[in-house]
Amino acid sequence: MSPPLDDVSAPRAGAGNGAVGGIRFDLKLIADMVEPGSRVLDVGCGDGALLAYLARHKGVDGRGIELSMDGVHRCVTQGLPVIQGDAETDLKDYPAEAFDYVILSQTLQAMREPRTVLQSLTRIGRRAIVSVPNFGYWRIRLQLLLTGRMPVTEKLGYQWWETPNIHFCTIKDLVSLTEEMGLTIERCLIVNRAGRITGHAHSGFANLLGEQGVFLLRRT
Amino acid sequence: MPASNPAVALPADAASLPGYRVTLGVDRPMRLDSGAELGPFQVAYQTYGTLNADRSNAVLVCHALTGDHYVLDRHPVTGKPGWWEMLVGPGRPVDTDRYFVICSNVIGGCMGSTGPKEVDPATSQPYGLGFPVITIGDMVRAQKLLIEHLGIEKLFCVIGGSMGGMQVLQWAVAYPESVFAAVPIATAARHSAQNIAFHEVGRQAIMADPDWRGGNYLLEDTRPHRGLAVARMAAHITYLSEPALHRKFGRNLQNRQSVTYGFDADFQVESYLRHQGITFVERFDANSYLYITRAMDYFDLAADHGGGTLSNAFRVDGRGTPVRFCLASFTSDWLFPTPESRAIVHALNAVAANVSFVEIRTDKGHDAFLLDEPEFHQVIRGFLEGCAEHRGLTARRQPR
Repeated sequence: MSPPLDDVSAPRAGAGNGAVGGIRFDLKLIADMVEPGSRVLDVGCGDGALLAYLARHKGVDGRGIELSMDGVHRCVTQGLPVIQGDAETDLKDYPAEAFDYVILSQTLQAMREPRTVLQSLTRIGRRAIVSVPNFGYWRIRLQLLLTGRMPVTEKLGYQWWETPNIHFCTIKDLVSLTEEMGLTIERCLIVNRAGRITGHAHSGFANLLGEQGVFLLRRT
Repeated sequence: MPASNPAVALPADAASLPGYRVTLGVDRPMRLDSGAELGPFQVAYQTYGTLNADRSNAVLVCHALTGDHYVLDRHPVTGKPGWWEMLVGPGRPVDTDRYFVICSNVIGGCMGSTGPKEVDPATSQPYGLGFPVITIGDMVRAQKLLIEHLGIEKLFCVIGGSMGGMQVLQWAVAYPESVFAAVPIATAARHSAQNIAFHEVGRQAIMADPDWRGGNYLLEDTRPHRGLAVARMAAHITYLSEPALHRKFGRNLQNRQSVTYGFDADFQVESYLRHQGITFVERFDANSYLYITRAMDYFDLAADHGGGTLSNAFRVDGRGTPVRFCLASFTSDWLFPTPESRAIVHALNAVAANVSFVEIRTDKGHDAFLLDEPEFHQVIRGFLEGCAEHRGLTARRQPR
């Protein structure tokens, strides 16, 4: 489900670059927000790297939804409980607070209705962990300013006509949407390839210097 | 058309078949969904592998409509290899070096379990249509008695495809405390109108055969072979897919250069279907075919166990079922298409159950679950290994 993000900090499985404790840097940030022994639903779980990590290192009872058949095969073949499905149609089935955490990693911008998805995540989970690429990142701003063309970066390496990322937002945009929806940001981590920038989502620096943000959300 | 051969007795004389046979429902007859009672009755079964000391490694395999309990054995009538050797066996995904595999012939069947061709102890004559109508629930009830007879409290896994998958679902819903993992493959939580329609065609073909004799053919020493063969031919088409038929046969002619302007089997596909029909009647009882297709038609898990809502069937004491599920469907299966499996997945999600679901890409149609489908087999292997870890089953006794 996660559109591949070509990022030095997000190498493909197997690559050593940027991987922390066997998983991608950005997934590790998410994993660190999860309490041991909790129930987790990973929406767009890809090849199951995060679920496997959470099961092994945090004793988590994890489930996954993944759109791509190949991803699902890889997950179930490792014994991970993952279903082939689409977040935008399948999340509605789950009962409220079925999980302690529902995770959506680097996928919100590819949803047809990000707001509805956010609503589902925070309904199904006591908490939602959402990570998004920041379209307000200075390199992206600069590229648009200087070239006048839609930005194509290492991390977001698609041309405008082929990108699955149809609903880009900045950190500021996401923060304002959570406010509008009455969601509480319990924690947030704004990071770039060099590491953590700030834990304050509202900071202007965050929106300029952060390449991505990881948010721990709950209904207020 | 296959020739009727009334002289041929049904070859599957229960007493001469290999495998085990147990009499159940002796003290108390089994109450059926129809309200009728059955008992004592016989269940024929096979086992493979060894039951471990704490009896926690038992896997129940449920067979499909025309299947039987010879999962790995050469078939006693046809001489063909076991029907699920691809999936079950030493080193296979359902590893008989690790698991104790049980498979029983369903009641209503014709390979040793009590069914319409067996003798009714009350009349000393074959049951024929005097056999009570049975359901998937009744089949599973009989299997539960067998499992208890074997001293197994909880099955590690129940697995099966098609009608076998219906039994798996029934097990998980009726006896959630007795099932650790459930693997319903290429199946549905209720039989669709289209599938009931196909079954009705098959039954009408059998009953239209004058040799059926109102179901009394065993007493009158005839066999409705023509009707049963036609039923099989029609059903067999539904097990395949248009692309698979095209790949296999296209419009190729059978041992001839041009069409004959007659009704001989000009096309290879006709010849193939006729062969399927003829060989089927050697091993299957026509009345069993009526009974078992009926059992599938009646299957409706939501109506029978969920008050009309499927997810309610998967609630146990107000909570989601503790059974771990793995569902698999096949892209080209139009008999039990993927949306049928997805409906089950959605119902399981609604109770936040532990469920895996994979759709396998193949052009082999419904029959794919019986065939060499490496991706499918990898999924089953991975799921079972994950479950074995959770169940505390140790790895295989010896690496091969």
